Amino acid sequence: MALDQSFVGRTYPPTEPYEVGREKIREFAEAVGDANPAYTDTEAAKALGHPDVIAPPTFVFSITFKAAGEVVEDPQLGLDYSRVVHGDQRFAYVRPVRAGDRLTVTSTIEAIKSMAGNDILDIRGEVHDEAGEHVVTAWTKLVARAAEEA
Amino acid sequence: MTAKVTYSDVEVGTELPARSFPVNRATLVRYAGASGDFNPIHWNEKFAKEVGLPDVIAHGMFTMAEAIRVVTDWIGDPGAVVEYGVRFTRPVVVPNDDHGAVIEVSGKVAAKLDDNTVRVDLTATSAGQKVLGMSRAVVRLA
Repeated sequence: MALDQSFVGRTYPPTEPYEVGREKIREFAEAVGDANPAYTDTEAAKALGHPDVIAPPTFVFSITFKAAGEVVEDPQLGLDYSRVVHGDQRFAYVRPVRAGDRLTVTSTIEAIKSMAGNDILDIRGEVHDEAGEHVVTAWTKLVARAAEEA
Repeated sequence: MTAKVTYSDVEVGTELPARSFPVNRATLVRYAGASGDFNPIHWNEKFAKEVGLPDVIAHGMFTMAEAIRVVTDWIGDPGAVVEYGVRFTRPVVVPNDDHGAVIEVSGKVAAKLDDNTVRVDLTATSAGQKVLGMSRAVVRLA
């Protein structure tokens, strides 16, 4: 079933702040096998000009995708999440996410398309820090595959 | 932000050092925990097959995280990444054997842009198949 086009442009309220912990960054860096010292060593991060350890580029997805869950699970939108696959992902960074950040995400539905029975949903997540400064924008394209004929 | 690569030292076509990233079931369980993505298609073979996949597949975001390492290892400072985007074209299938899978990533400078930035185009394959499309990063060089 095609999704309701009137949801295009809808913006959801900002999330509660997510506090970025240095041990969470370390856990993520270890999980992707990345030994870059900027993720774990404050002095190494400072030598690169950062005030504290920074997070790997894709770390913020865990935060924006959780926020996008509000869109995905909006009963009025009616997306069948069991059929959803991740189509595209893109980030534009103002600065890297770093330990101690308290980040909020504001999600907006940018586009809804229907192609060959698949529903395609583009969600933009604007990430801001506690001071209200823009940190990064994440664009997530989700594809809900067409249901098989019964 | 201080990349160790200088804008004037690179040209369109400059190749970045290629890398191979092994991935097995333990890698995926660990990534699930670290990322909070516990979708069973990434650890439960029975479930993966029930939804029509050939086997357990890697998280797309895991592949995306590995691919950018070719760029961040090249420039040294991950904070110099200005933009990064990918299309997930094929899954990385991870069998439950002694080998798992390998993600092969290469990259080259595709364009020199303003403000000391360059666009790097990445190629990621597994088992001989492209797993990412439109995989591009914009990075600020010194």
